[in-house]
Amino acid sequence: MPVADSVRVAIASDSDVVTARQAAREMGAGLGFSSTDLTLLATAISEVARNITTYAGTGEVAVRVLRERGREGIEVVASDEGPGIADVELALQDGYTTGNGLGLGLPGARRLVDEFDLDTRPGAGTRVRLVKWRA
Amino acid sequence: MAVPILKQGPFLIASIQAALTDTDVVRLQDDIMRQVGRFRSRGIVVDVTALDVMDSFVSRSLRGIAHMTRLRGAETVIVGIQPEVAFAMVQLGMNFEDVHTALDLEEGLAFLQEKLTAEPNAGGG
Repeated sequence: MPVADSVRVAIASDSDVVTARQAAREMGAGLGFSSTDLTLLATAISEVARNITTYAGTGEVAVRVLRERGREGIEVVASDEGPGIADVELALQDGYTTGNGLGLGLPGARRLVDEFDLDTRPGAGTRVRLVKWRA
Repeated sequence: MAVPILKQGPFLIASIQAALTDTDVVRLQDDIMRQVGRFRSRGIVVDVTALDVMDSFVSRSLRGIAHMTRLRGAETVIVGIQPEVAFAMVQLGMNFEDVHTALDLEEGLAFLQEKLTAEPNAGGG
């Protein structure tokens, strides 16, 4: 069965977090990702999507297939219009949190994927872009 | 979806059946704590074989269950962490060192049984 090349999942509750990571998992399986890479990607999405529900309340996770120079991957963009992050460097440090978690979300997600970009400003929302290429 | 919790002798077995939302995880925590008191359980097995993702929230919650039940006199053992999930947890930076784990349900129950037998007041006299 053909799988869509792009999916957008509105994030408003914790069940949307599950929907977003499952959408990416399906897409990745369609591209022939290994089950380890599917799990790494799904876990990274879980972390960034949870940041949306925790800090912004609502937002979106957009998942799409990337094709460039003969390689295939999956790009995930998690965006919200929440409070943004004041100190990006600090937010990317293990163990730092302004919530009540472990502070592993962003730094952990970064370790699970091949590309990671964070675009945020206080009051201007947060946009996290993840890419995982098929090995 | 609620996680079924079975009572087997002095132990409880919680078998996670499908992907868990954060709400499900919190409910599992509450349910286990309540049942440990109700059945005076001495050990809990949480079977996570069906989980394809254990992110920081789920991992932290399971660790929380292990710590809280220990304070109530019951040991928790987490069984069935899939190899890919274990790999992702390590990459993520999750510290699970103070939590008992076992390969599967059988090993988990054997571990709890051994613990119970090793206690000086085993069997209650």
